[in-house]
Amino acid sequence: MSQTYYNPEDLKKFGGIGEFSKPLADQFFSYYGQVFAEGELSAREKSLIALAVAHAVQCPYCIDAYSTDALEKGYTEGQMMEAVHVAAAIRGGATLVHGVQMMNKVKEVSM
Amino acid sequence: MKSLKATQHRLASAASQLEVLGGLRDGKSFTPFEDKLATFGLFPLRPTGIEIFQANLGKMCNQTCGHCHVDAGPDRKEIMTRETMQQCLEALRRFPAATVDLTGGAPEMNPDFRWFVEECTRLGAKVMVRCNLTIIIANPKYYDLPEFYRDHQVEVVSSLPFYNADRTDRQRGEGVFVGSMKALKMLNAVGYGQQGSGLVLNLVYNPAGAFLPAPQQTLEGQFRKVLSEEFGIEFNSLFAITNMPVSRYLEFLLRSGNYESYMEKLVSAFNPTAAAGVMCRNTISVGWDGMLYDCDFNQMLELPVQAAAQHISGYNAGELNDREIVLRQHCYGCTAGAGSSCGGATAAS
Repeated sequence: MSQTYYNPEDLKKFGGIGEFSKPLADQFFSYYGQVFAEGELSAREKSLIALAVAHAVQCPYCIDAYSTDALEKGYTEGQMMEAVHVAAAIRGGATLVHGVQMMNKVKEVSM
Repeated sequence: MKSLKATQHRLASAASQLEVLGGLRDGKSFTPFEDKLATFGLFPLRPTGIEIFQANLGKMCNQTCGHCHVDAGPDRKEIMTRETMQQCLEALRRFPAATVDLTGGAPEMNPDFRWFVEECTRLGAKVMVRCNLTIIIANPKYYDLPEFYRDHQVEVVSSLPFYNADRTDRQRGEGVFVGSMKALKMLNAVGYGQQGSGLVLNLVYNPAGAFLPAPQQTLEGQFRKVLSEEFGIEFNSLFAITNMPVSRYLEFLLRSGNYESYMEKLVSAFNPTAAAGVMCRNTISVGWDGMLYDCDFNQMLELPVQAAAQHISGYNAGELNDREIVLRQHCYGCTAGAGSSCGGATAAS
């Protein structure tokens, strides 16, 4: 039997995370529900943000969940991919902007 | 693409579909739908009174959509005869229904379609036609359908799974989106969907895949914006419908490995408010051969009404209003989330 760290079936068990600490889990899920409710941003807009963040944090569970959620919310494939590119650009930019630090250090130690 | 029947697929058989729906998955079965209803005091499920008389005029269609619960297509030849239509009219004379809902296949392909619409209109019923749009431009003999609908004040209900070509064509076939836009413009041109015209044009959204529809109101806003801004098309309302695990959509779910997760999704999204408002409570569905069913899905699964008379020739609305509605696991499709019916969501989401 093959073993992997990530099992798609585990996503269904997320609700049972309170088994080891119910009060904290209850607070988390209550907070989670409020975060994704309609607010100044719509639930639809939040779904697309979640999809982008899921890619930035590279969470396979979140990517599965929010890919479906975004489809259900009526996003096109193009819109979803643009959101992923936003995540990629920020991640790429975050790497590249550290190049300034590298340049600073190089200039500091160079003659 | 051919129908399941033409390819002799095992799911062309209603018994095979029911076997899948009632079967075990990984040694476990989903809670029987009857038990779920009983939990909320809704079992046995009984009619609230027949308001909608839905007649399936045949399985013949110019399209072969990937999700079709009828397994309709150009290779299907089953259509309602004029004799059966006359029996429908007799039933409507004796037991009037507020709405006559004509579906198929493409109901317009039945050679007696226009005659039947005229006769139903004469009886004073509001006639609703489930038009796939592309039939209007499929052949010159259908080009005047918009005028025919207008002249008989027919309410047009048209499937449009998405507001772009890619997703629509993947479900309904190559070129269907462009054809649908053309047909919608023809309907708009005679007044359909235009404010104050009294000519109602409603669209039907159903997901192009193994997922549930978004709230109807949200989708309606998106459709209205894109169709108006990009195509200059107007419509009245959008109905969001959940795909039922029946026939070609069931085949898709099994083939793509999505069956179990989709059923889990339907079961976990069970909504008692939607269950109380399911369409089978106020609808009777007549098959192309005159057999009576609780809904179009039971019709395709060959589950006739539980009543003494199961054929239109013995139609008795009073007796039918006392029946127990026949339930199976596919019924979870009508009770998930905001609910689903031929008229869209049945519960506020």
